[in-house]
Amino acid sequence: MEAFTQLAGIVAPLDRANVDTDTIIPKQYLKSIRRTGFGPNLFDLWRYLDKGEPGQDSSTRRLNPDFILNQPRYRGAQILLARKNFGCGSSREHAVWALLEYGIRAMLAPSVADIFYSNAIKNGFLPIVLDAHTIDRLFKDVEATPGYRLTIDLVPQTVTTPKGEVIHFDVDQALKHQLLHGLDDIDMTLRHADHIRAYEARRRKQAPWLFTDLDG
Amino acid sequence: MAGKTLYDKLWDAHLVRGNGEGTSIIYIDRHLIHEVTSPQAFEGLKLASRKPWRTGTILAVPDHNVPTIGRDHVQDRISQIQLDTLDQNCAEWGITEFTMNDPRQGIVHIIGPEQGACLPGMTIVCGDSHTSTNGALGALAFGIGTSEVEHVLATQCLVMKKAKNMSVNVRGQLGEGVTAKDMMLGIIRQIGTAGGAGYTIEYSGEAIRALSMEGRMTVCNMTIEAGARAGVIAVDDTTINYIEGRPFAPKGELWEEAVRTWRNLVSDQDATFDKVVYVDAATIEPLVTWGTSPEMVVPIHGRVPDPDEERDTVKREGMRRALTYMGLKPGIPMTEIRLDKIFVGSCTNSRIEDLRAAAHIVRGRKIAPNIVQALVVPGSGLVKRQAEAEGLDKIFIEAGFEWREPGCSMCLGMNPDHLNPGERCASSSNRNFEGRQGYGGRTHLVSPPMAVAAAIAGHFVDVREF
Repeated sequence: MEAFTQLAGIVAPLDRANVDTDTIIPKQYLKSIRRTGFGPNLFDLWRYLDKGEPGQDSSTRRLNPDFILNQPRYRGAQILLARKNFGCGSSREHAVWALLEYGIRAMLAPSVADIFYSNAIKNGFLPIVLDAHTIDRLFKDVEATPGYRLTIDLVPQTVTTPKGEVIHFDVDQALKHQLLHGLDDIDMTLRHADHIRAYEARRRKQAPWLFTDLDG
Repeated sequence: MAGKTLYDKLWDAHLVRGNGEGTSIIYIDRHLIHEVTSPQAFEGLKLASRKPWRTGTILAVPDHNVPTIGRDHVQDRISQIQLDTLDQNCAEWGITEFTMNDPRQGIVHIIGPEQGACLPGMTIVCGDSHTSTNGALGALAFGIGTSEVEHVLATQCLVMKKAKNMSVNVRGQLGEGVTAKDMMLGIIRQIGTAGGAGYTIEYSGEAIRALSMEGRMTVCNMTIEAGARAGVIAVDDTTINYIEGRPFAPKGELWEEAVRTWRNLVSDQDATFDKVVYVDAATIEPLVTWGTSPEMVVPIHGRVPDPDEERDTVKREGMRRALTYMGLKPGIPMTEIRLDKIFVGSCTNSRIEDLRAAAHIVRGRKIAPNIVQALVVPGSGLVKRQAEAEGLDKIFIEAGFEWREPGCSMCLGMNPDHLNPGERCASSSNRNFEGRQGYGGRTHLVSPPMAVAAAIAGHFVDVREF
């Protein structure tokens, strides 16, 4: 996983609540057995005017000029500004893979769905949760200011606006450590292999039926 | 010291290494896998030269891509590759898999409880958000992403932060003709699709106790639609009676010992919750969604709402967009909405009781001429076999429904079953998101009896007056 320390970039405002993972990456692309190739189909339903199919050359498709990511002023956006409950619905990690491959590495919203949040962290994508009032204000500023950029610093946990205003955000310290160092959390857990085995030995005595292997 | 909630008990019993307020290492007892979210996890495992920690905890089944008709030949080549990949990974690691033509194959969240592979007191995960279904058994069950699937394969554990406790207490009794599906849509209507975010929900109260295990599974299934990863229900006689005798359930002395332990899987009297919500069962009517989020829902005798009456600007815009997508105008009575397709199926509502309740409405009637397709997709091969033994298949077929093989089918349309642009569907599934059932398709979520009543009338009707 790529480490996340600082990010300065164009902000794209996606002014809709409850953006679900079906919309972030539609089901037909989930047939892939790979982790890559999802970027061109990020927000496929909204980004294009036609129906997309896996394996299609997306450069030949008709773009929806009204969709924010198709507007020239948001070209190259690396930060998404969103409304409440972003990433709700399906657990598909493909949603995070699609955002990252498109070039978006962080987002700000009043709330982010639980499974999406944990998928994001595991891929070095930073979801920042701020109060609804601050998010509202950022929407107004972004829409009023072409080329609006934010700077996100994970060490001090700050978002800095073009005017120099510094907004603080919260993040779990263990997740922050993992993001800052791009750590592989399987490695980290396997360092506790002895604890896992000890748990299993203890648990087997308490609840032996949990240790009957499936065999069917 | 305050007592523990059921969720506290489940969490504490699985703590390998706690870390107070931060992330903890949690042990996983049952890992369910399907073809869509597992291939990249197996690939990651291999790339890192790792092995699965405990393959005996894993149960695999293909469900999302499987055709519900003509199984001898999967037409979609990309789907076939994904199905083959699951078979190969399971064969390589010696993982128990119910392959596509196994009579026990079905939707992963249906077969886990059906086989007794999911039990009270377990932690249960799957790369699928509707894993919450299994919480009905008094288990801690939740959906995970593919990185977490890989993590569980490699370590049998997950690293996570404990959620907060929320109680949803459903008081009183459901009215005649009102189902567990309506109850859950009613809960979502009350708390919203983000209402449970950050919480594990415990459902309790007289109306929950009165539900069958299958009804409880419907409620827990749609917990994710209320924003919570997991929903739990305390163990009682209904739970124990449901599990006894199932193929993977403990037997003999082990069964007695297990049941004694499971009886403790209830919240303590003095347990405290971070949030408590009361719902009055008697006020819940058959519900129908009108928009593109499960919280956009009204009673069958309601009307499509008017965005102009909504004061919150973000919500108002969302309502406008939803109405445009759904091709609806404010003020239309729900009973005047005409349908094109009907879908009875999905991990929410495809168990035997769902099919019985639907067949009871259908018996001796025919689907309306404007319905171009009406599908009944049983949740598993065993549900299908049971329904056929009871003659339910004939009731559906005689009425004009298609009787299919088990799978996720038109809930998300990864297999050939889908809506075409503009088609309107009464669906017993769980999500009415844009494009969910097919590009441009319009989904209205309802209970199975409401879906089939709409098939017969050609438009939504109150199943209680049918």
